[in-house]
This record gives sequence, structure tokens and C-alpha cells, in this order.
Amino acid sequence: MTVEPGGATTAAPAFPAKEPPQADQLVQLLTPEGERVEHPGYPLDLSAADIRDMYRDLVLVRRIDTEAISLQRQGELGIWASLLGQEAAQIGSGRALGPDDMVFPTYREHGVAWCRGIDPVKLLELYRGVSHGGWDPKEHKFHLYTIVIGSQTLHATGYAMGIQRDGAVGGDGAGQDRAEAVIAYFGDGATSQGDVNEAFVWASVFNAPVVFFCQNNQWAISEPLEKQSRIPLYQRARGFGFPGLRVDGNDVLACYAVTRKALQAAREGQGPTLIEAFTYRMGAHTTTDDPTRYRLASELEVWKLKDPIERVRAYLVRTGQAEPEFFAAVDAEAKQVGARVREACRTMADPPPLSMFDNVYAEPTAILREEREQYAAYLESFEESAGAGR
Amino acid sequence: MTTLTLSKALNAGLRKALENDPKVLIMGEDVGKLGGVFRVTDGLQKDFGEDRVIDTPLAESGIVGTAIGLALRGYRPVCEIQFDGFVYPAANQIVSQLAKMRYRSRGHVALPVTIRIPCGGGIGAVEHHSESPEVLFAHTAGLQVVACADAADAFAMIQQSVSCDDPVIFFEPKRRYWDKAEVDTTSGLASALPLDRARVALEGTEVTLLAYGPMVRTCLESALAARQGGPGNGHSIEVVDLRSLSPLDMETISASVRRTGRCVVAHEAPVYAGLGAEIAARVTEQCFYHLEAPVLRVGGFATPYPPSRIEEHYLPDLDRILDAVDRSFGY
Repeated sequence: MTVEPGGATTAAPAFPAKEPPQADQLVQLLTPEGERVEHPGYPLDLSAADIRDMYRDLVLVRRIDTEAISLQRQGELGIWASLLGQEAAQIGSGRALGPDDMVFPTYREHGVAWCRGIDPVKLLELYRGVSHGGWDPKEHKFHLYTIVIGSQTLHATGYAMGIQRDGAVGGDGAGQDRAEAVIAYFGDGATSQGDVNEAFVWASVFNAPVVFFCQNNQWAISEPLEKQSRIPLYQRARGFGFPGLRVDGNDVLACYAVTRKALQAAREGQGPTLIEAFTYRMGAHTTTDDPTRYRLASELEVWKLKDPIERVRAYLVRTGQAEPEFFAAVDAEAKQVGARVREACRTMADPPPLSMFDNVYAEPTAILREEREQYAAYLESFEESAGAGR
Repeated sequence: MTTLTLSKALNAGLRKALENDPKVLIMGEDVGKLGGVFRVTDGLQKDFGEDRVIDTPLAESGIVGTAIGLALRGYRPVCEIQFDGFVYPAANQIVSQLAKMRYRSRGHVALPVTIRIPCGGGIGAVEHHSESPEVLFAHTAGLQVVACADAADAFAMIQQSVSCDDPVIFFEPKRRYWDKAEVDTTSGLASALPLDRARVALEGTEVTLLAYGPMVRTCLESALAARQGGPGNGHSIEVVDLRSLSPLDMETISASVRRTGRCVVAHEAPVYAGLGAEIAARVTEQCFYHLEAPVLRVGGFATPYPPSRIEEHYLPDLDRILDAVDRSFGY
């Protein structure tokens, strides 16, 4: 543990926060070189098969992401928000979730979506402009992507308050089998938003079963972390009255372990935890962005050495837990998934124009019905003209 | 029948909603022990507990944002925003999140959240306590926007709002909180006028006066004065209480204007780009050949809400409303 609530005041934090944190601050279970290290707070009980599954997830979501970037370049997507570099933070935390836990994502949580069983093609719908969100949040326990930064942290907290009212949180009598928790994803930039701070207040005051999972990827579009905070982000939790910790966001094992523990604490009625997953946005903010205008390539080179996938591969190879055939099979599957996503995107139909009038309210209002009818008649007038050969 | 103030009628309606559905929650600043600054939620926390009548931290975005989360979990939260001018910190949560969730999710998600907002001026309050922001929400697709005008309507309308599967912005005319009326608290909602319908509050034949919320009483007094003589002497004014500001009940509005041939809209909110503008445009389209005069509007000026010592000049009163009626007859 890096922060003990109610513990002694620590010395002033190192600044700037962007500097790599000290080893004792950072929970790490797998070094960038692929070496397993133990952490007393986070014993790991994953089998070789589990870690191979994680590796597969990491590779596949990276493949989906690079495919989506290409599709945007080819004009098939309007925009794409890449997760490159953040695969471990998302797969590690995503795989730590129980089936009943609820997720509130930003628009970059493609890896978590993958863990929740959402077809990546559904993610593309949003970025192609075919829908505002193509999945049923209840079915996948994965809310719609939220675009306005930080807004979803309040939804997550409210949902967690609902869990409390349903008696589905431990502590006073609830069975552990019924216990549920919530995870809210957000980035370093979001920590400046009022909503995120309000969510911290609410979660703390009501002791809500919610895990705040902040992927600190160092950049909010062009603004580096020091534009958002003078202290390491995880330390903010202390001021709100709950524990915060920093994890190596490029270490899938550590992200899994800290998230699992925080979720379990939430389910047991111990309230919220802030996890700062220290990672790096390897790509642009979105496909419309040009990071060469504001950051040095050398920074990227440093982070390339901490790649979230390479270290797992190195570990599996070194410990003999995966054969070359395994890696070849994963690569082949990635190719297949990429091809499927590509094809599905290119053949994705536009929604019918009149569908824009659907689902504004439970029942359409008179004004909506009137506008729909008038616009339908307007569209039909062109079809008639075309039919008349004009 | 019981004689209740509008505030007590809302309290009785909320109590019924809490009794009828265990998923109904009340949340807001000071709504618990204090019973709300206007006592609308008086006694509810005592009877329904702190888990259902929730004193929240002091942050409006947090109130609405967590209400959305609770609704996603299956609850029906009723949020209180303490005063009209305090709703803006929650604008993103209301406009971008709450209003659009059903649409964004293609109908997978419904958010049955009611947001109660005491609105309007006339109580001598300090700034930001007297505003009429209804049109900001009426302009947001996905929200129902309603305003109650008297105790009897308030009792039913608040229950209808709570049971509505879409988000409802519920405006309460704060200077009418203490107005009394006969309320049948034993009547169910089956016999109540639907939430999206307007109501002819007073029948008349020569001019239709449209109002909602606090202006309904002012308009009724104007109509009675016009009948009894004085300014606008001899005119028979029909007063329509709009009740629903979005959607608008154009059927009731147009039917009235076609009968009378004249239309005046009154609201406290600024006339400029106000609800009256939308109504005037629609009435003109739908009743063009029945109109004896253009639709006229009377309301607040294109200024911020003024200091309270001169608010009587800002708020439409009986004289300004009858002056508009007179102008309508001048065509």
C-alpha cells in the first residue's frame, strides 16, 4: 500500500509529478523486462493459462485499435480515440471485474469493453457516426461511452449508492455472493473536472462501493500532467478521505491485482479507492490530433521500453509458460479479428434518416410525430420526382 | 377535500410517491432534517429514512449526476435544486447526460428522474433566487418540462412526474407556495389530467391568455378584473394554464385561440427568445385565419433579474397584462 488513510503526513511530494515515481510508490508485479516481482500487499494467484489469456487480450485489443486507426485514415471512421499504450491498464482492471460489477467508461476504454464481451464493431459505430452507442449497458454491465470528461464518475457513484440501497454490499448482513461494486474510468485531465471531485466527495461521504480508476497517460490532448496537478494524482484521495495508490499502468498483472483488491474492498463495504494507473498515451489523443506539436519524440522512446505487451511476452517465454505456437496462434487470431472488424466497418449501413426521431422520449410527442411525418413526406417527394423521370 | 398550501400539496404528493414505490428517492440540499428551505419535503426523512430522503453534499452537478446513476440502477430519484439560479452547475448533467441517455442508448436506458426547481421572483430575494430558466430546458430534447400553478394541480403533477419514465424538470412557483386550495388527497392519478396537457383555467370568449406557473394566478386576477370593469373593461378573457412547457399542448392552445381570435402569452421569463416566441410562431401557423391580432407577449425584460426593490417593475402584473390585452384589441 502506498497511502494509509489516517497515516502520518508524508513529506512534500516530488514535483514534477511526471517524473517516474519511486519504486516504493508504485505497485509493480512485472518489470518492463518481464521479471516477476513480489509485492506483499498483492499476492497473485494467476495460473499460466490466465496470464496467457491476458496476453491474448492485450494483443487483440491492440490489433483492433490499430485497425481502427487505419479505418479512420481510409475515411471509414470519422475519428478514433486510440488506447495504444494503455492496454495493460484496461485489460488488467477489466479482467479483475466480477460479472455483476458495473463499469462506467470514457470513450477510450476499448480494452475494458473487450473484457465485458462487447463486440468491437459496436465501438466503431460511435466513431463512424452510425449511432451514439450501440450496446445495451445492462446486458454487458458496461455503460455507454461518456464524452463529456468526468461526467460518468458521478453516474458510477450514484449507481454504487443504488447497490448500497439494494443491500448488495458487504458489511451489514449482505451475503458475499450478492455483493457488487462499480468502477469508474477517467483520465488525468478529468481529475481537474468538478464532476470528478464531486464524485470523490459523494463516494467518500456515502462510503459508496466504487473504484475510481484513473489512467494517467500523462497527456490531456496537448496538456501535460503538470497543468492538472502539483501532486501525484493518487495522493488526492487522502484529502477526500479514502485510500489512493499508484500502480504501474503498463503492468497487466499489477493492474489486475490492485483493481481486484479495491473492488473487493468496495464489495465488503470499505468504500471507494482511487487507483492511479501510471501509463502513457503512445498515440495521438485522437486521430485528429498531432502530438508532434507539443511533445518530444524522446519521451515516446522511453515509454516504448515499458511496453505493456512485450513484458508479458518476455515473462511467458523466459518462464517457459508459452511455446512459440501459442504466440503464432495469437498473432493469427489478431489478424482474423482485424479482418473481421475491417470488413464489418466497411459494410456497416447508415441508419435510416427517420430513425433520428426514435427514442427521444418513451412515447413520441405530438411535435416529434408532426416533424417526422413532415420530413418523411419531404423525402418522399424526391422519390416521386425520381419516379417521374425528372 | 383538504385545504392545503401549494407547498403542503407537493409534500403530500411526494409522500404518496414514496409510499407507492419503494424505488422513489428524494435527494437534495437540506431536504432531510430541515425539510427543504421551503419545507416541501418536511417530515419525509423522519418517516422514510435517510436512505430514501437523502441530504446531499452541496453540489448541484453531484445531485443530478448521482441521481442518474441511481436511476440506472432502477431507482426513481426526485432531486431538489434549492433555487432556480443554482441549477446551472448541473447543466451538463441535465442537458448532456440526463436528457440524452434514452436517445444515445437507442431506448435501452430510461432515466425516470424528476428535478424540482422553485422558480420565479416576487419574494424580495437576493440575486439568483428569482429566475425563470424554463426555456433553457424546454429547448433540450429528451426533457419534459412542466410547471404547476396551484395546490390541487401540484399534488397530482408531482406524482405524475415521479412515475414518468422520462426525465421531468418540475418548476414550482415559489411565490405561490403559500397559496391555498382545496386538494383531494384521496384521489388517484387515473382521474387526473395527463401531465402533458394544458388546462382551461377560466373560460372566456374574446381573447386567450396563456400562462404557466406563477403567472396563472396573475392572469386569472386580470381576467376577473377585466370582467368587473376597470382596464380592459368588458372583455371576456379565457385563461389557459399551459402546465406542460415541453411538450406544448398545441391542441388545447389552438382550440382556444380559434374560439377567441386573440392570444396573449404571459411569463416571468424574458420575452426575448422566451416560450412565448415559440407559442406565437405556432399559433400563427395553426390559427392564422382565425387571428384578429398578432400574438402578443408580456413578460420579463431583456435584462438580468433586477434588484428586488424594483422587481415589481420587471414582473408582469395585472396592469401590464391587461395593457397587452388592450393592445390586442387595438388591431
